[in-house]
Amino acid sequence: MKRRQFHRAILGAGAVVLAPFNIVRAQSRKLKVGVLLPKSGLQGVIGQSCQKGADLAPAVLKERLGVEIELMNADTETNVDTARTRAERLIEEGAHCLVGPFDSGAAAAIAQVAEQRGVPFIVNIAAAPQITEQGYQYVFRNFPIAPELATNGLSLIKDLFHATGAAPRTAVFMHVNDTFGQANAKAIAAILPRLDLPFRLVETISYDPAAKDLAVEVAKAKSTKADFLLLVSRLNDAIVLRREIFKQRWNIMGIISPGSPGMYENQFFRTLGKLSDGCISNVPWFDPKSPLTKAVDAVFRKQNPKDQLRFHALNVGFTFEAVLVAGDAFKRARSTSAEALAEALRRTDIKERMMIGGPIKFNAKGQVEGNLSACIQNQGQKPLVALPAASAEVKPIFPWSEYKKT
Amino acid sequence: MPFDFIGLANVVCSGLLTGAVYGLLALGLSVIFGVARVVNFAHGEITALAMYAAAILFASLGVDPFVAVAPLAAGFFIFGYLLHGAVIHRFVDRPEHAQFILLLAIAIVITNGLLIAFGPDARAVSLDYLLESVEVGPLLIDRGKLYAAAAALSAAAALFLFFRFTATGTAIRACADNLQGARIVGLDVKHLYALAFGLGAASASVAGCMLAVLAELTPGSGPAYTLLAFVIVIVGGLGSMTGALIGGALIGVAEALAGFYAAPSAKSMFSFALLIVVLLFRPRGLLGGKP
Repeated sequence: MKRRQFHRAILGAGAVVLAPFNIVRAQSRKLKVGVLLPKSGLQGVIGQSCQKGADLAPAVLKERLGVEIELMNADTETNVDTARTRAERLIEEGAHCLVGPFDSGAAAAIAQVAEQRGVPFIVNIAAAPQITEQGYQYVFRNFPIAPELATNGLSLIKDLFHATGAAPRTAVFMHVNDTFGQANAKAIAAILPRLDLPFRLVETISYDPAAKDLAVEVAKAKSTKADFLLLVSRLNDAIVLRREIFKQRWNIMGIISPGSPGMYENQFFRTLGKLSDGCISNVPWFDPKSPLTKAVDAVFRKQNPKDQLRFHALNVGFTFEAVLVAGDAFKRARSTSAEALAEALRRTDIKERMMIGGPIKFNAKGQVEGNLSACIQNQGQKPLVALPAASAEVKPIFPWSEYKKT
Repeated sequence: MPFDFIGLANVVCSGLLTGAVYGLLALGLSVIFGVARVVNFAHGEITALAMYAAAILFASLGVDPFVAVAPLAAGFFIFGYLLHGAVIHRFVDRPEHAQFILLLAIAIVITNGLLIAFGPDARAVSLDYLLESVEVGPLLIDRGKLYAAAAALSAAAALFLFFRFTATGTAIRACADNLQGARIVGLDVKHLYALAFGLGAASASVAGCMLAVLAELTPGSGPAYTLLAFVIVIVGGLGSMTGALIGGALIGVAEALAGFYAAPSAKSMFSFALLIVVLLFRPRGLLGGKP
């Protein structure tokens, strides 16, 4: 064999030997993240808001972590069965992990699929405790569970009264009658007596999340003559309720949500205008002073020039963090295999984050402990941080301007 | 807690006003069945289509839905007339399950058409006066509901007068009472059936305009309104126009009272409980004719 032929043979053999490693490196180069969100149906608007958080994640994570993320988006249509089907389809199509779905019912269904198929699933927003109580090994959640939300949200009410000098004695509690609302209601019923708050609940009223008319419900709440309204709602019903409260001239001290969507959403402001002001939501929120928040905001403004991050703070923040968690695990695992990713996820410890709270670190059940809430009050038709003082953008106002003592 | 008379009075009033709009919705269904012998399973979807028409006219041209009622009613009358003439008339003598499938298909086409055209997001008609309330003694009456109820009752009254005092209305009633006799005397039954269907669609469109100011619109609203209309018609009496209005008021008040005194999240349960009671003890409905 001549030398040239020998060199060619060596090169060819080398290519054959090294090719599998190239394939492995090619496989590891990009993480396929299946994003499941309700982009149509009752929760369509909120799902679309969450999607903005997913959409900006690849650009931010490429710059900060040096990882390539490919999103595979699917619409759960605010339907549990559809969520399950779409999750399975995403896995069939090659998703290395799943993120989503903003809804406790859908999250429970997807968690089952993820566990059965051995694919990591990172819940962005869903508060029902049972999602991470099933002993699942592939399900992770970076969002407070309902009892935590309730505890944080109710504790902030005490802080709010202290900061404003208000002293309401009674509250009526209204909540949406779905998985989320009922979980919150149970949590509040259990936690309220332990927190030594200065008010008592005089009535609890549940309502259908799809109800077009809440006149009867508001009339019933008004008849209790409570000082303020404690509300766990979704977006559309929050709008209907706020209008009805105004129409029925129910001049309460204010509306406080101890941790539910609706009153800080963009559509709430767009639909209600000035009526949106004064409403308070004690919810997890981004830290406006965090460098990661600023980085996310820069990309958000580029991708959404006519929008503002603060109208999507919770939705974008937690959805972005879910993809961040996936990207961080991928970087450490250096593999897209489910087992490697899951193992890396269990060891997650992200200190630099966007949302107010401790580091993103999963306990044995796959749950992050230490996510905190902020008191967000609508002022000037914008949701602004009023408490904690360290992150505050405005001073809280309570009671609001409509209040008339009777 | 002391008995809240004023709260009760306000709730009953609200139920009656909403019930008037529901009654008009059911009236259209009753007219279509009573005359054309078609059970319109697409009635709620036609109503939803009218809601969107009113909302789009408001959003694009600033037309108040109360002003849009007349042109939309005319438009939906023509739509209903043509739909019956072109499609539904062919199924009048076919088995009932064929009619059901046809109208269900029409309902699905309308719903998905709305979804494609307008997307899934809820819409609302926002007018300043819709946030106002009118004080009548201790009662606080929602201005939007008051106007909607007045418009609905006016439309119902116009329909009554048409059937009672016009030649065409009399001819339509003749078809409903005695089809063979109507044919024998030379009435154009196909045309009259189509007129009745058009009037039913027009009623649904007026109800739709009213509902557009009372509730948010979503493409999937149709089935709930179809079901509501059926409940009212069955309670009031299939084929009875007065029964439809009374049924609407009963359902509106029943839901309001159930919500106020029992569980608001189970309001619909009481409407269906009322339906079961009526079916058990008076299957033809409160004012329905004997089978």
